[in-house]
Amino acid sequence: MSHPRQLFIILALLGIIGLAAAAYAWWPRPNDWTAAERATLQTLGLDSLPPLPADPSNRYANDAQAAAWGEKLFFDTRFSVNGQVACGTCHLPQLGFQDGLPLGKGVGQTGRRTMPIAGTAYSPWLFWDGRKDSQWAQALGPLESAVEHGSSRTQYAHLIATAYRDEYEAIFGPLPDLTGLPAAAGPVDNPSARAAWEGMSAAGQEAVNQIFVNIGKAIAAYERTLLPQPTRFDAYVQAAVAGDTAVMRDLFTADEVAGLRLFIGQANCIRCHNGPLLTDNDFHNTAVSQAPGLPEDLGRAAGAPQVLADEFNCLSAYSDATSEQCAELRFILAEGEQLIRAFKPPSLRGVAQRPPYMHAGQIATLEDVLIHYNTAPTAPAGHSELEPLNLSPAELEQLLAFLQTLNE
Amino acid sequence: MSKKIVTILVTAAVTATLLIVLFIFLMPTYGPRFLHPLMADSMPQSMPAGRAEHMMNAAPPAGLDTAANRLTDNEQFRVSFSSDLDPVVINQMHSWTLHVETAAGQPVENAEILVDGGMPQHGHGLPTQPQVTEYLGEGNYRVEGLRFQMGGWWEVKFDITADGHDTITFNLVLGG
Ligand code: HEC
Ligand code: HEC
Ligand SMILES: [Cu+2]
Repeated sequence: MSHPRQLFIILALLGIIGLAAAAYAWWPRPNDWTAAERATLQTLGLDSLPPLPADPSNRYANDAQAAAWGEKLFFDTRFSVNGQVACGTCHLPQLGFQDGLPLGKGVGQTGRRTMPIAGTAYSPWLFWDGRKDSQWAQALGPLESAVEHGSSRTQYAHLIATAYRDEYEAIFGPLPDLTGLPAAAGPVDNPSARAAWEGMSAAGQEAVNQIFVNIGKAIAAYERTLLPQPTRFDAYVQAAVAGDTAVMRDLFTADEVAGLRLFIGQANCIRCHNGPLLTDNDFHNTAVSQAPGLPEDLGRAAGAPQVLADEFNCLSAYSDATSEQCAELRFILAEGEQLIRAFKPPSLRGVAQRPPYMHAGQIATLEDVLIHYNTAPTAPAGHSELEPLNLSPAELEQLLAFLQTLNE
Repeated sequence: MSKKIVTILVTAAVTATLLIVLFIFLMPTYGPRFLHPLMADSMPQSMPAGRAEHMMNAAPPAGLDTAANRLTDNEQFRVSFSSDLDPVVINQMHSWTLHVETAAGQPVENAEILVDGGMPQHGHGLPTQPQVTEYLGEGNYRVEGLRFQMGGWWEVKFDITADGHDTITFNLVLGG
């Protein structure tokens, strides 16, 4: 008589235990990361940023005096053909050392977007196409570009002699005698400056080049001090590595956590945006459109031969490195389909604060960047490394939320 | 009497429903192992290397041979490598020492060795052009210029010409 009732109670209890177990299994715990995921997260945190790598090509790289002087040069508009352009005109400190424009504006307009500078000391290649292989060699490019500073190396040598003689000589030793040196001469686009340069003796050119190179090395010593600052994301990574769920919950919303999960998982952004700088500093074709009105841009396919031919590369006479220390240049991948329209991924740190996006500002908003990745259009040339992600609008929102945690 | 049967039947039905619900809800915990093969068919699985186009985000194939000491494809040579950077991590330039011997164990001197490789699941090659730069003696060769720029499955291939010719592909699975 009481038998069925006992059975009933047992079955009911079983059912309740089962439901409780199911609820436990299904209760969302977004901050639970597997050991492998935690290891991946750790590689992205700023705590994983190694000490500044040596720059053997620049013997002044860690010279504090050179860095202090380089900072002055970075913001000195006298280093331009019209007295109005300095590095800091396009690389504005208050905007993360970029300008928020699709294309840079100096003496003229550049063919690409101004890049942020923090952390570039870690990059073996500089510029969107990596056509320079050190910060100091990079700095010499805009100084002689017709659309940026627009002047030439003898003008800069004269300027050093009149405005900065003492500071220069304290770091680099005596300036050579500059009498008789043309006011404007260099291997630049301007035909008269070019002709004046070609008319100079090899020794004269050499002396000017040395001053020019030292300008670059001082600016580089300053740029090395520009490093990414810790973000909310880095605090989250610390908490995740420590397994501190309470802190994780305080730092990130459920959407931000879900976005991070997509970033390192299903969306696999981490393929290219990896390491603590969230860039691999290599080159990828991501099917970004050719900017209308600009000449066809081949990206790395054009940049690789340029860096090999650069008069100021790691293997040049102006570099302080031995050839063994120039491994990146010696073993450069300089040709092949995979370089066509391949560009360097910028660091994603602070990315939400600096629209527009891509190498010529082709994409106006972060939302549109995510749509680009979600649909993965075909590349205008070369072969895209992307494939459609087919994420839902809600998932794209989560990715967006995550990218905003990278703000300083 | 009939009331008793109804009670039992109702209890059984409720419990069965609960157990089914339980089975479904616990799936994320115990994984797909009790699924019927028909249902499991739509689960992502590692694919053979030939179908490389649509697996950018796939895991490396199961059972990948990642040994650093192997016989070449036609068993002409036995080849092993050791990396200066150990463990190998991404985004760092480094060198390997490659050891080549005959299948019988004799060091192979002054072989001509070419290096190639890439990520089969991503459809791209190596980001650098590594080269054998020096013969170190006793069948050892210095390979310089290796850098891997992302985590995942990498192949590094050596094409070896000495007394005979053969090829070998080493597999690496990198984190990050
Ligand atoms: C007219 C605006 C403008 C001026 C002036 C300018 N830059 Fe730039 N900067 C750019 C643009 C545009 C790029 C990307 C160009 C390219 O890839 O072709 C860039 C790229 C860079 C990069 C590469 C960052 C990376 O991740 O590779 C560095 C470093 C840099 N500039 C430093 C400088 C320095 C130093 C100066 C002054 C000597 C300077 N810039 C002057 C616009 C400017
Ligand atoms: C195959 C490599 C690759 C993958 C995968 C990748 N990116 Fe990129 N990313 C790049 C490259 C290269 C650029 C610069 C492209 C250009 O300017 O032509 C870039 C640019 C960006 C930019 C713009 C940065 C700027 O300052 O202009 C954002 C934002 C971005 N990626 C986010 C993501 C997100 C989010 C994902 C994952 C959904 C992702 N990326 C996946 C390579 C990649
Ligand atoms: Cu890859």
